[in-house]
Amino acid sequence: MIYLRLFYEFFKTGLFSVGGGLATLPFLQEMSARTGWFTSSELADMLAVSESTPGAIGINMATYVGWKTAGVPGGVIATLGLIAPSIVVILVIAYFLQSFHDNKYVTAAFYGIRPASTALIAAAGVSVLLIALVNTEQFALTGSLGDLISFKGAALFVILWLLTNVVKPTKRLHPIVFIAFSAVVGIVFSFAGA
Amino acid sequence: MDVLKKYLGLFWTFSKIGVTTFGGGYAMLPILQREIVEDKGWATDEELTDWYAIGQCTPGVIAVNTATFVGQKRGGIAGGIVATLGLVFPSLIIIMLIAALISSFAELAAVRNAFAGIRVCVCVLVVNAVVKLWRKSIVDWATFVVFLAVFALSVFTSLSPIPFVVLSALAGIVLKNLEARRK
Repeated sequence: MIYLRLFYEFFKTGLFSVGGGLATLPFLQEMSARTGWFTSSELADMLAVSESTPGAIGINMATYVGWKTAGVPGGVIATLGLIAPSIVVILVIAYFLQSFHDNKYVTAAFYGIRPASTALIAAAGVSVLLIALVNTEQFALTGSLGDLISFKGAALFVILWLLTNVVKPTKRLHPIVFIAFSAVVGIVFSFAGA
Repeated sequence: MDVLKKYLGLFWTFSKIGVTTFGGGYAMLPILQREIVEDKGWATDEELTDWYAIGQCTPGVIAVNTATFVGQKRGGIAGGIVATLGLVFPSLIIIMLIAALISSFAELAAVRNAFAGIRVCVCVLVVNAVVKLWRKSIVDWATFVVFLAVFALSVFTSLSPIPFVVLSALAGIVLKNLEARRK
């Protein structure tokens, strides 16, 4: 029964991959080698699509792999399998957090955890920033400093920062407005050079 | 009726969050701050920070873990499940439509250019989100040092976030104890 196996495989992936969507990738590679449901080059394509569509990458990957393997029900079942362990684990933790909410050790622990959590998110932001603004491949080819940093990207970064922090009429707009604006700017000024 | 409305509201809100998240769990943070903290008041910035830390150390996709936390706070066990289903719902539709209809979607010039632009935007939004969290979580010298240490180590090494979160929790307990003893 392919659906049960799909659920089981993705349940395992959800249970053992810690640290976000890309952490599921090694599990999917192993799944491809073991089950033959999809090839590793198909996996690379699926990753590219998952990164360039709305939705968290890990979820998109599960939907795509499930769909490839067993059609629409497969996509739904793989995704449910992936999220099932998270839901159970988080509900248990949330229950304990509520019970120990006023415990002084828990409060003290979160006093230390909050700056660490902020730092982890900031570090994730830096790694995306490097991908978005720095082009080491092109720099390695030409050796010209103008190719290392994407000036179009840097200009958009500054403009968006001003629009979201300084310019009064725009700074309260919903984030999706800026995302849509950036997509249009990316297309008009061919940001990927494509 | 009110219960139904609450769950429908959770589902709808998280579907909106799912469809406006481009990237991983960190890319969801600015949208969550806007929808959940500022517009709906379902959680605080502090709670989001705590849940992100836990979500990075527990199994599964960070975005899913955070959605379950918010939903659970708002509507118990059923709320946690409904919010998470809402989050994944747009992915199911969008991915399967693209997979079925457009081959080589990711190679289309318009898609690649649009996403190069969107990536810059996500960076700016994450920077803004971090500034907001900073105001709530870096409250003294000790928390500033924790921030710097974890930031430097995670930028320059590829260590898992788990030891950082565990060690900073211990640091928090030790520091608060010392503080209490001094008083």
